[in-house]
Amino acid sequence: MSGPEVLAAQADVLRTRVGACWPGTRAVFRGQDLHRDLDGSSSMDLFLFGITGRRFAPNELRLLDGMWALTGYPDTRLWNNRVAALAANARSLPSLGLAAGIAASDARVFGGGPAFFSIDFFLRAGEQRRAGAEVEAIVAAELLANRRILGYGRPMNSTDERLPPLLALAGREGLADGLHFRLAFDVEAALLRRKPFLKLNYAGATAALAADLGLTSRQYQVYNVFKTMLGMPPCLVEAAEKPEGTLMPMPCENVTYEGPARRSWVDRGAARHP
Amino acid sequence: MSTPQRLHTRIWHEEPEPDNAFAARTALCHGYDVYGDMLGRVRWTEMLFLLFSGEAPWPEQTELLETLAVALANPGPRDQAVQAAMASGTGGAPSAATLMAALSVGAGRHGGARDVFEAMTGWVECGMELAAWQARLAGAAPQRLEIWPAAERAAGFDPHGRRTPGIVLQALERLAAHAPAQRLRWLAEHREALEAAAGLPLAMSSVAAAAFADLGFSPEQGEMLHLLLRLPGAAAHALEQRALGYKRFPFPPVELQDDPARQAVAA
Repeated sequence: MSGPEVLAAQADVLRTRVGACWPGTRAVFRGQDLHRDLDGSSSMDLFLFGITGRRFAPNELRLLDGMWALTGYPDTRLWNNRVAALAANARSLPSLGLAAGIAASDARVFGGGPAFFSIDFFLRAGEQRRAGAEVEAIVAAELLANRRILGYGRPMNSTDERLPPLLALAGREGLADGLHFRLAFDVEAALLRRKPFLKLNYAGATAALAADLGLTSRQYQVYNVFKTMLGMPPCLVEAAEKPEGTLMPMPCENVTYEGPARRSWVDRGAARHP
Repeated sequence: MSTPQRLHTRIWHEEPEPDNAFAARTALCHGYDVYGDMLGRVRWTEMLFLLFSGEAPWPEQTELLETLAVALANPGPRDQAVQAAMASGTGGAPSAATLMAALSVGAGRHGGARDVFEAMTGWVECGMELAAWQARLAGAAPQRLEIWPAAERAAGFDPHGRRTPGIVLQALERLAAHAPAQRLRWLAEHREALEAAAGLPLAMSSVAAAAFADLGFSPEQGEMLHLLLRLPGAAAHALEQRALGYKRFPFPPVELQDDPARQAVAA
């Protein structure tokens, strides 16, 4: 089947395996009755079941829960938190502020980008390690192909304060001995021999742990959407309590203008630009 | 006293009121006095061009952007981005939620802004060289890993099309008639060869990409403008469905393929 027939076959009906609800009767969540079979499930349990279609053990869920909690930083200056807070201070809605803040977390320099590329690296490196490759060779090949390995180094401070509590959590839950998590430290050692600031960071460590839990890079991308979300509600709530429009106000003189000098619209066109 | 936090911009310059540093007396856009000189003389598309390019457009550029803006204004209620806006609106969600829905869906590779970005990257890399385009469309270049879902076909083509839709041909013809539209004319001239290379008919996103490139915009600017210019239709349809109410909005039957109730009966 190809062309418009593909569309015609899906018109007027929703075919699905993930679930449905019949108001007044029941709801099905990935093949199980939500209120009977999944009664008592935690949000994280259902979240991971929803993403992957498989159930995770209690210690795995506690680790995944803790990986969010350890980076829930209510610092309104952080770009994603700032988005949520500005929405509240501009007297918009919490839903809009949080949705935009979460979307802003899918960034190149923090949040979604490094997380995705990091787990992709660990999954590939893990395969190579299982096939017998040396860590040094894996790192050298990766640097040659992609110039850098995301999950190492940090723009503001190369020491990541979240790692000790994360290591403690993973150890407490018996999940600190997986191939990818151990590999993360071996890769760090290889990188530190090249650049002393390329220490393992939180994005790298959590990606390695997620790889050990069997998440694919696309599954981890969904899990990771909310990783920095817990810092947002406090920022948003406080910003809503402040007088409207007073969050990070900017006087005119703080905007450094670096564009063309004043010119006349009426007299424009002396020279034709490309 | 803390250090002033400086924001740097080449776009906007405000002079404060003498007694209030937080209120603007004048505002310049790339050097032009917006409220003192431009307002009343400038069309919306001229302002748009100025904001993105930093220079005032020539009349023929304004005409091309204006025509493109009309072509993109409403993808129609069957478009997935507009459907998302309507689904948000029919439940009575805030107006911003309907536009966020349209943006989120319209950002994607399926005829959305990412499709335009990729097609514009093609113009950067291939120019008007047919052989380069044919190699690109045939998928010769390896895909780079990115956070976006992997491309499933050549950007700018309709994965479920049978022939180039009439509205795409009409838009291409009208846009190609504008003076700066050299890529659009090349696209019209080589459309069949490009479609053969892609194995699919041309989509509206290809036309938009060529037009943005002809206007001198980068792929990033084209992506942003595509998101922006398709919002009017999404907004209007969302408002219409909000007024009509959810009882008149499609809610198809579901075919649940692993229903535990059915499995219990079967057992």
